[in-house]
Amino acid sequence: MSQNRYVVVPTVTVLAVMKARLVGAVKGHALLKKKADALTVRFRQILKKIVDTKQSMGKTMRESAFALTEAKYAAGEFRHTVFDSVETAQVRVVAQTDNVAGVKIPKFEHTMTGGEGKMGLTGLGKGGQQVQQCRKAFLKSVELLVELASLQTAFLTLDEAIKTTNRRVNALDNVVRPKLENTISYIKGELDELEREEFFRLKKVQAKKKRDSALQDAERQARGAPATENGAPAPADMSGTPEDADIVF
Amino acid sequence: MAAKSGQPGDGSLLAIIGDEDTVTGFLLAGVGNVDLRKKTNFLVVNEKTSVKKIEDSFKEYTNRDDIAIVLINQYIADMIRHQVANYMKPVPAILEIPSKEHPYDPSKDSILRRVKIMFGGD
Repeated sequence: MSQNRYVVVPTVTVLAVMKARLVGAVKGHALLKKKADALTVRFRQILKKIVDTKQSMGKTMRESAFALTEAKYAAGEFRHTVFDSVETAQVRVVAQTDNVAGVKIPKFEHTMTGGEGKMGLTGLGKGGQQVQQCRKAFLKSVELLVELASLQTAFLTLDEAIKTTNRRVNALDNVVRPKLENTISYIKGELDELEREEFFRLKKVQAKKKRDSALQDAERQARGAPATENGAPAPADMSGTPEDADIVF
Repeated sequence: MAAKSGQPGDGSLLAIIGDEDTVTGFLLAGVGNVDLRKKTNFLVVNEKTSVKKIEDSFKEYTNRDDIAIVLINQYIADMIRHQVANYMKPVPAILEIPSKEHPYDPSKDSILRRVKIMFGGD
């Protein structure tokens, strides 16, 4: 137990500080727990979507490949034309951020810029229609893939975020809180101990005082029984016992 | 669009590592990009391409900051599986896509495998 607490001076002030920290830790734990729950809900949604999209991607890609074969059959070998006419990308992705419980999730959206460029001229001689169809099929794939990438990124980010949040939740719950509680009980114990000591000390002092006064009374009784009768020496006797005041607390 | 690629603001690129057919298709769709230094954002893999070359390209594409998504044929991803599996960054996203000769196998996909573990795990 002594290891599992903070090293502090057991005083009332520190006790108050520790109590405040415990309240903070409990509140933080509750909030983080909520955050983790919110993230997990989102995570589950994404998981489902990812699996669905991945399956449909297989289908779309197959269609694209088929369209390409068709185009090849109609237009002959147009691969080199395509490779040569690459300039700047018309299809790009724009990253936006989505915010889930304070976690920024990148979200991709594809944008088309410019016209068809030189690609529009591919297959001008023959099989142009097939080539354009192939192009459309691949554009569709790109669309789907961008969506999938978006989901996948969200998946990875959320996974990471959930892990850290859970770690924090558990750390607060299993490390910080018990430690603070132990410290508080330790300080309380120490304070009680001090109080008991103080009480005991006071009792001792009282007992000594009582004993001293009893001794004096007895002394006075022994030698001053007649003195009390005239009453005069009594005040002199009182002033003659200054040692009584010397008791230091 | 007079500005060349890599300019921030006009969106990021997709990179492709794939066989000839896949790359041709995507280039036809307008994904391809060649910048001023003649650097491309696609790699055509055929039987002559070395694994080293694929690894280098993968590393390059994942470290370029103008690329947001890397598309890679699954059978090629299998060749550099250790690298793909160890890739943990969310951006650029790695997407494994099926190729013409190799049908899609969800059980091999690094991400899907993790998804499966999650479903099975809890």
